[in-house]
Amino acid sequence: MQKKKQGGKLWLAAAPLYLFTLLFVAGPLVYMVILSFQTRAEGYGVLNVFTLDNYKKILDPVYLETFGQSFRLAVTSTLIIAGIGYPFGYFMAKCSPKWKKRLMMLIMIPFWTSSLIRLYGWMIILQAKGALYQTLHFLGMDIAPLKILYSYPAVVIGMVYALLPFMMLAVYSSAEKMDWSLVEAARDLGASPVKAFLTVTLKLTMPGLLSGVILTFVPSMGLFFIADLLGGNKIVLVGNLIQDQLTRGADWPFAAALAVVLMVMTSLIIFLYRKVTHSTELEGIL
Amino acid sequence: MGEIILSLKNIKKRFGETEVLKGISLDVEQGEFITLLGSSGCGKTTTLRIIAGLEEPDQGQVILEGRDVTKLEPHKRNVNTVFQSYALFPHMDVASNVAYGLKIRKVPKTEQKKKVEDVLNLVQLGEYGKRYPSELSGGQRQRVAIARAIVNNPRVLLLDEPLGALDLQLRRQMQIELKRLQKRLGITFIYITHDQEEAINMSDRIVVMNQGIFEQMGTPDEVYNHPLTSYVARFVGSANIFHRDGKAYAIRSEHVLFSKEETYPYRGVVKEKSFAGGQLRVLMQLPDGQEITASRHGIDAQVAEGDTVCLGWEPDHAVPVRE
Repeated sequence: MQKKKQGGKLWLAAAPLYLFTLLFVAGPLVYMVILSFQTRAEGYGVLNVFTLDNYKKILDPVYLETFGQSFRLAVTSTLIIAGIGYPFGYFMAKCSPKWKKRLMMLIMIPFWTSSLIRLYGWMIILQAKGALYQTLHFLGMDIAPLKILYSYPAVVIGMVYALLPFMMLAVYSSAEKMDWSLVEAARDLGASPVKAFLTVTLKLTMPGLLSGVILTFVPSMGLFFIADLLGGNKIVLVGNLIQDQLTRGADWPFAAALAVVLMVMTSLIIFLYRKVTHSTELEGIL
Repeated sequence: MGEIILSLKNIKKRFGETEVLKGISLDVEQGEFITLLGSSGCGKTTTLRIIAGLEEPDQGQVILEGRDVTKLEPHKRNVNTVFQSYALFPHMDVASNVAYGLKIRKVPKTEQKKKVEDVLNLVQLGEYGKRYPSELSGGQRQRVAIARAIVNNPRVLLLDEPLGALDLQLRRQMQIELKRLQKRLGITFIYITHDQEEAINMSDRIVVMNQGIFEQMGTPDEVYNHPLTSYVARFVGSANIFHRDGKAYAIRSEHVLFSKEETYPYRGVVKEKSFAGGQLRVLMQLPDGQEITASRHGIDAQVAEGDTVCLGWEPDHAVPVRE
């Protein structure tokens, strides 16, 4: 009884939040969907003529290839991130509380600086005669100036760098919750360390790993500025294409259509995640 | 009985500064129900973990079926454990939990199914195969943990306070069931508890542990009626320790006689009277400061707090013990 009364009042307290969400999240989304069916005006702006042409345009091989490239890059980055981030999160969960704090600090520090500035840092490192080249040279390696910057690998490095913390935290948060006596039970029942890891630890940390995959895969489809800065104009991702259409191309409806398709794709991935893990929240971000 | 199935030889183990096991030795016979009894922190769980292979001793040997397994990894030992927290796999249903050990050892599917069915029937959970651990009560989880261990037909089953989390009534029932199960299967049980009643009810032999050593080993009768040390007397029999002429004697409270008449050799003052579990307990203090507790059935006692009384015991009931 008491609870219900309180709940009624709490609704009022939460009202501004709903209003804010409606205004600044739902509003723009609806506008974007509407926009994607409109027609581009000569010069600037849009016409109120409804059409499916924007979506048809995406089927053009040039644009499909952009989606393809984005997808490949996202898969590559996510695999590398999982390869580094899973072991890190796993071992971090096994550390003493003191070391957990220290490692958490190391993960958090980069977030205190703008990601744009950190990317410029990577440009300095990867330049033909940049910090990496200088270091290798100093170590006595006689090598030609590097050709990493403005290439596919540079973009992958940037993606991995920018999104790795999300994987680490997601895996850590589910490994942290692990009851390690379950691994002992598995060993006691005859499982080798590898078998115990595969049948127990991996299964129980799967929600963290999958949520890490979502948290890295979804953004890596759209982080246009990484491809912009580290890939020059050689690497065009969906994010770059959208930005390009909005600014230089001034084709807002097409940009909106691209964004809608990207959103549908990522929503589909999150839907799949929920289906597989039966969880409603992403591990590691809450 | 007869064949020694498991031997611990002078096992020592320290964690950092603390010496948890100070050289313990034990021979366990095939089919025996042996209980390690002691308060928390006495090293009993560490002993169990060393037998299971989850911990390696600093010194000493573990001999299982005549083979030195001291350094053998846990999955290569024919020993299974029922963990205190049960440690059931939350992502598997009951049947898969029980089948885990069989699956790992690649027992054929049809045989797996039959064994799992049999063992679940044995622990009266025949209908529960498809349930998940989170859907079971504490007592049911306990049974699953036992089923998961015994389905592998281990030579030795280790049980770490398996009834610790259950309420009193269920505990009593499970004690009887476990004992029955052990007799039926003929598996050697090494059982850990801090509950002396449980130890006395179930064990063939009790090992009383205190601060990393074995204080006394023996049948429940020996340990209860003939304690060798004051710790055993206090812990197992809740006995009084009476000091006289530099010697210590254990006297169980039900053997302490007292009266307001001058019939007994010692004089004391009644400090406290309490009634619990159908027993009246009277705490008396002797002039030299020693405290002696007497217990009686019923509440009929003609003494009150502050009374001076005489107390004593039959000479046979004062058992000399080591400190």
